[in-house]
Amino acid sequence: MQLSRIVITGVGLTAPNGNSLPEFRRNLLAGVPGIEWLDVRYMGRLPAGVCHYDPLKYQTRKEIRVGTRAGSISIYCAREALADSGIDFAAQPKERVGIYVGCTEHGNVETENEIFAISKFGYDTKYWSHYHNPRTVANNPAGEASLNLGVTGPAYTIGAACAAGNLGLIHATQMLRLGEVDLAICGGISESIHTFGIFAGFKSQGALAMHADPSRASRPFDLGRNGIVVSEGGCLYTLERLEDALARGAKIYGEIAGYGVNSDASDYVLPNPVRQAECVRKTIAHAGLEARDVDIVNTHATATPLGDIQECEAIRAVFGEGCPDTHINNTKSFIGHCMGAAGALELAGNLPSFNDLIVHPTINVEQLDPKCALPGLVLNTPVQARRVDVILNNSFGMLGINSTLIVRRFTP
Amino acid sequence: MTKDECKQVVLDIIADIAPDEDLTNVKPDVRLRDQLQLDSMDFLDIVMELRKRHGIEVPEADYLHLASLDSCADYLTPKFDALAAKR
Repeated sequence: MQLSRIVITGVGLTAPNGNSLPEFRRNLLAGVPGIEWLDVRYMGRLPAGVCHYDPLKYQTRKEIRVGTRAGSISIYCAREALADSGIDFAAQPKERVGIYVGCTEHGNVETENEIFAISKFGYDTKYWSHYHNPRTVANNPAGEASLNLGVTGPAYTIGAACAAGNLGLIHATQMLRLGEVDLAICGGISESIHTFGIFAGFKSQGALAMHADPSRASRPFDLGRNGIVVSEGGCLYTLERLEDALARGAKIYGEIAGYGVNSDASDYVLPNPVRQAECVRKTIAHAGLEARDVDIVNTHATATPLGDIQECEAIRAVFGEGCPDTHINNTKSFIGHCMGAAGALELAGNLPSFNDLIVHPTINVEQLDPKCALPGLVLNTPVQARRVDVILNNSFGMLGINSTLIVRRFTP
Repeated sequence: MTKDECKQVVLDIIADIAPDEDLTNVKPDVRLRDQLQLDSMDFLDIVMELRKRHGIEVPEADYLHLASLDSCADYLTPKFDALAAKR
């Protein structure tokens, strides 16, 4: 069966260091991170990635009050992606539009807020908000976007821990190929910094980053790394079948060339480099490529002491020999870990490489961990590549979910 | 509490739950729903804020009394007065 070719035609994002792809990219090339101090309930001041988009650009004050931060991020990213795509959205049949939003988790923010609110009333549940359930249902971030956009096609979230951003794109690709929708708005979002639980959980795990300078707290591959910087963010794309994109003369960022998803089935939190390597290999095969064809590998590495080494082990197993032109980088060093948005945002940060042939670096590496010393690692300053035709994006998550996505330069 | 003061209490709550609405010309004798963008969840908000901010309980059977500013004042003013008397 001949599968439809699926292309990226629009990008909408908010990251801790940029609220549009041009701004985000500019900062990635200029070495500008976006980590700041954030006061976290019960925990005090912690380094975190905070997004500074304007919610009122696409929402009323009431929508913001009634809805969730996750919903707001989704709406902003979806609207920005549609605007960027140049699609005549008013004329688009709304029942043929799908919204597929990857999430690490959802509902913790609102649940914590309600418990805090009723604590002021002796924990009497008659003060519990009637908005709690619509705010915390797992489909909320996609559902709010469907309400805002008037989309009547399928709109739901994909729960895949920190692999979710890639999963949003992968699922959308599948739905377009099945003919379920004609236009997909897809990717991932996270509002995680508004829940103390995620910070406290990582701290209890010994996996929460700390540094006197917040902008240097996220330091994958550095010997001094000490954990994750929690961030919020979002990145949604418009995906279309190639023939539809060409028919309307769309700008094309790249083509979804291959994808892979698998599970470690080995531990709740510890990554498994054997399964990660399997996921990367099967994605390269799915794209009909060889490892040496990959020009950029954007790593998932979150700056935990063990996790980075294990991903490097997986990458070494796949790319270790015979891939002299493969560049390896990491975006979390700039923006922290945007959880459900990570895969989608980190891919976006690399897409402009198809045009400028520049590979953004991994910053904050003062002393490279020898166990992470991969050939091709781009450290601290951007590198001019000879060729960028294939970008491979890794995103892995708890409970052992691995996802890899390959986007290829579009050629007719 | 005067009825006008009571109406202002309700308007202050509505200003928070419907922040996009212009409340300068709300007609007291016209149903709030007929002049403002308020849905059933918003009325539950009014009930919740009366409870949280003022300790006033509005049983479900009495929600119809919150239809207009005038009916709110007729219904709520004695409740506020009774609460003040207890204090």
